[in-house]
Amino acid sequence: MSNITKEIKKRILVLDGAMGTMLQAYKFSEEDFRGERFKDYPTPLQGNNDLLSITQPEAIKTIHGKYFEAGADIVETNTFSGTTIAMADYQMEDLVYELNYQSAKIAKEVADDFTAREPHKPRFVAGSIGPTNRTASMSPDVNDPGYRAVTFDELRIAYKQQTEALIDGGVDLLLVETVFDTLNAKAALFAIEEVKDERGIEIPTMLSGTITDASGRTLSGQTAEAFLISVSHIPLLTVGFNCALGANLLQPHLEAIANKTNFGISAHPNAGLPNAFGEYDETPEEMGEQIEEYLKKDLINIIGGCCGTSPAHISVIANIAAKYKPRQTENV
Amino acid sequence: MRLSGLEPLILNENSNFINVGERTNVAGSRKFLRLIKEEKFDEALAIARHQVDGGAQIVDINMDDGLLDGKEAMVRFLNLIAAEPDICRVPMMIDSSKWEIIEAGLQVVQGKCVVNSISLKEGEEKFIKEAKLVKQYGAAVIVMAFDEVGQADNYQRRIEIAQRSYDILVNKVGFPSEDIIFDLNIFPVATGMDEHRKNAIDFIEATRWVRENLENVSVSGGVSNVSFSFRGNNGVREAMHSVFLYYAIQAGMNMGIVNPALLEVYDDIPKDLLEHIEDVILDRREDATERLLDFAESVKGSKKEKGVDLSWRENPLQDRITHALVKGIDAFIIEDVEEARQHAEKPIEVIEGNLMAGMNVVGDLFGAGKMFLPQVVKSARVMKKAVGYLNPFIEEEKGEEQKALGKILMATVKGDVHDIGKNIVSVVLGCNNYEIVDLGVMVPPEKIIEAAKRENVDAIGLSGLITPSLDEMVYLAKEMERQNFVLPLLIGGATTSKAHTAVKIDTQYKNAVVHVNDASRAVTVVGDLLNKKTSHEYVAKLKKDYDEFRTKFLKRGKEKSYISIDEARKRKYKIDWNTSEIVKPKELGIQTLEQLSLKELVPFIDWSPFFRSWDLHGKFPDILTDEVVGEQASIMYEEAQTMIKEIIANQSFKPKAVFGLFEANSINEDDISVRKKGGEEFIFRTLRQQLKKREGIPNHALADFIAPKETGKTDYMGAFCVAIFGAQELADSYRSKEDDYNGIMAQAIADRFAEAFAEYLHKQIRTKRWGYDAEETLSNDDLIKESYKGIRPAPGYPACPDHLEKETIWDLLKVEENIGVVLTESLAMWPAAAVSGYYFANKEAKYFGLGKVTDDQITDYSERKGIKKEKARKWLHPNIADQ
Repeated sequence: MSNITKEIKKRILVLDGAMGTMLQAYKFSEEDFRGERFKDYPTPLQGNNDLLSITQPEAIKTIHGKYFEAGADIVETNTFSGTTIAMADYQMEDLVYELNYQSAKIAKEVADDFTAREPHKPRFVAGSIGPTNRTASMSPDVNDPGYRAVTFDELRIAYKQQTEALIDGGVDLLLVETVFDTLNAKAALFAIEEVKDERGIEIPTMLSGTITDASGRTLSGQTAEAFLISVSHIPLLTVGFNCALGANLLQPHLEAIANKTNFGISAHPNAGLPNAFGEYDETPEEMGEQIEEYLKKDLINIIGGCCGTSPAHISVIANIAAKYKPRQTENV
Repeated sequence: MRLSGLEPLILNENSNFINVGERTNVAGSRKFLRLIKEEKFDEALAIARHQVDGGAQIVDINMDDGLLDGKEAMVRFLNLIAAEPDICRVPMMIDSSKWEIIEAGLQVVQGKCVVNSISLKEGEEKFIKEAKLVKQYGAAVIVMAFDEVGQADNYQRRIEIAQRSYDILVNKVGFPSEDIIFDLNIFPVATGMDEHRKNAIDFIEATRWVRENLENVSVSGGVSNVSFSFRGNNGVREAMHSVFLYYAIQAGMNMGIVNPALLEVYDDIPKDLLEHIEDVILDRREDATERLLDFAESVKGSKKEKGVDLSWRENPLQDRITHALVKGIDAFIIEDVEEARQHAEKPIEVIEGNLMAGMNVVGDLFGAGKMFLPQVVKSARVMKKAVGYLNPFIEEEKGEEQKALGKILMATVKGDVHDIGKNIVSVVLGCNNYEIVDLGVMVPPEKIIEAAKRENVDAIGLSGLITPSLDEMVYLAKEMERQNFVLPLLIGGATTSKAHTAVKIDTQYKNAVVHVNDASRAVTVVGDLLNKKTSHEYVAKLKKDYDEFRTKFLKRGKEKSYISIDEARKRKYKIDWNTSEIVKPKELGIQTLEQLSLKELVPFIDWSPFFRSWDLHGKFPDILTDEVVGEQASIMYEEAQTMIKEIIANQSFKPKAVFGLFEANSINEDDISVRKKGGEEFIFRTLRQQLKKREGIPNHALADFIAPKETGKTDYMGAFCVAIFGAQELADSYRSKEDDYNGIMAQAIADRFAEAFAEYLHKQIRTKRWGYDAEETLSNDDLIKESYKGIRPAPGYPACPDHLEKETIWDLLKVEENIGVVLTESLAMWPAAAVSGYYFANKEAKYFGLGKVTDDQITDYSERKGIKKEKARKWLHPNIADQ
């Protein structure tokens, strides 16, 4: 259903950068988040970025367009928190289908526009599937280590709903990202397999974990390789890491998995580590230099940016990526 | 194969043998089972940690026990392990014979685990379905060499099943071949039976074939099985494990369940012992077992003078007979038995006295692990020789043909194929002059029942090794009871226990049920059971023993910790009264309902308990088509329908109800103050759970569901009594015509109507009279499942076992004056077809069981209620924890 499996063999594909960082620049107020439709909604809505796909669709479209202009091949839908579990904070569980469907539709319109203008460089939309705000293999209560705030089945059902809406909205591929608890990711993969089975379709899936600190482990305690093994039962377009660390600190973990898998490898690091004010100040050039190291070592199939990155970063990254060949594996 | 915990585990051509830790298995470790039952999870985790520290590269977890909620235990334990990085760094092996337990386990582990196990036992469809799910959950899988016919027990069957399983997994399911592990069934050798001689070598050769022919797969197995017949002699067992592994690993076995504490270093095995063991493992000599058995004595370290030591011949007669039986020496048995016969009044007494005394000793030693199976078989042979010698004398005495001592039916229950133990018991009993009717393995209950009748047997022996077999045994006991059997029932097999037998099986069957934990014990037990003179007494003693054991066991199971009533109150169930919706009833005060047509109640009848009262078990309406009881159930249902029509036509039953809805607030933590319109106050005393629970789990009392006075909010509650009048009269009219059957039927129907009335009224309350759930649209099935909002607990039932509170309901509603239902001295309602209780409307209100309470609450309760503490103790007796 997608040409991305062909394109990924030809060149290193570039994923977009941060959505949240770009939205911050708009300084949307509570009223802007609410729009006309939710002006009487009972809970505060400011900060519910996913909702902007409905209340401020032009801003979302503009950001997607800027990333494509900067050279991105793939943009992510604005659906990082688009599950009933994550939306419970805003009492917007019932809106989940619509949020995902609209976000996918908007992104796909922009992508199709660019593809029509530049047919030699087809653009793709990845449905972003975030980790939710709960962990299936850890207890939030230190006094009760056996307790779980969410079950596999609850996650599976929520992810399934999100997946169906994203596919209905027209995404070309799925991106299960920022995985800090592998069990959550396994529930997402289980749900995706269910949807594929029920609909009789194939859809490429990227999976991206998060190494949270210098210990080199995920939040749920797995090493990079143990994480890789735990998610390799489903055919993936790419496996890789994003967020939490800057490009330089991510490199050893990419190396740890690169020669142990036949899947493609993806990375979308942050623009360095946040400073004391929570801002990311690694410049596009600084980040580009470090990412060039990945490419020299032949580690990468898909590269992009996470927190703190902007179209300027992506532009630099795209220019560098164009100079290198993608990592070769059996599957890719 | 690549597995993961927090860290990776890679198994490839260069890897060493992967050792799977086995001590966290309730079926294999009594200690672990006890810790799980007693919820001592810290200690249970310590066992897992000890395994990993000791070198286990995978931890096998099994919670298959008839007395455990396996699913809950599996999830709980895995969740706790996930919080212990030094344990969960290795991959988990989720071990169960129940798929639902496996799936529950797969849902709580983040790493790539191993499922232990799936097989073709119940056909391809189930196999494929489970394999697909295992793949989707991202686990490797152990496939047992097992198919629809049974467990592979020779070389050919092993490789056939392995090949077939492999083809299905790889070609039909798309299962990655490197994630397949075959368990090719390690069975014991040196059991004394010829058919077991090739057990080890067949496994080894089949392993070789599988590794050479089925690409990428692994081979595993439970090693300790091989030396099962030498339990009690760890010296020999350790060496046997090493020898077995030495050859099996060479053949390609690359992982296994091994207790590292029970493993000798191959090179350290003394040459002579090594030779004897290799003879057995590799089946190199006809007499390998006998030779190893003799040699084993010396390995135990208690080496005795062999062959020439005849000093025991100087001992008294009984000692000599016992010695001969224990040691399996047949050389002198005839002369000893002859001597005994001359002293005895009747020859049969030699069997029942001298020989049985000896076999009892054998039984004790075997039970204590001090004798091995082959030795017991030898003892049985000596016994047979002795009995053979005595038989002509017994026949002469009776002047008739000597019959077998009895006829015993033996079977491995449905779904189970393990029959080594059963076969040994059969041999031993056969040697002791019992006739054996062996039905083999996977025998369905109806076949056992049918054969028992046809063959007119004297006892039934059931065997099983896997956990689900326990349920089968329970079922069979029920069936025997239902069909009025009087035969003794013997229970045996590795998974069975005295506890399970006493708690789950013995209670199903009025006649003798005995747990026989080893083969030699079977002889004495069966002897006692079938001895016409003493069996009555023996069975009575047995029942009593099991009853006491059960009581003790259940108490021990409930040896739980309790917290003080003050502490429990701090942990009350907290409803947020600022946001919780309180609905004011449409109309407050007391109302009666007497003009209701019975017809309106018919749709509310829950039929399942009706059948249960006739001892027909099953869920309505499925019970009507049930294979076993369906026909009977359908007849009864028809008859009930006819009688209901008549009752309605003649208006022989009259339903009456009184109910009231009142302002209410909880006061002083556990009491509920109820106010009538005029301001008159009544107080319900509720009881609070005191069982110590996990952090975050509340200790409930019904008062928690009503807003406390301090909140300043007015809350509401209700009370009711419904009754069916006329049942007794109708029943009597049948009885006067000698029709007891319809008499009972009339009462059973009245009970159903009373329950239906309570259900009907509750619905009226929810949707109209109180109206807190006006939108409700629930089917009758939903009502039976209690899916509605709010509850209607009844005094005397789990949430409020205190019958005394009925008096308060009677005062409050003026029940007797209003509808004429009276309370007897023991606080039963009359007419008997009646239900009374409370209404709680809060949507967070739910049913719970009070459980046990402690003395401090009794004191507090009696003071609150203003009654003597003895009175409180008397009424609450069943709910008072022993302290």
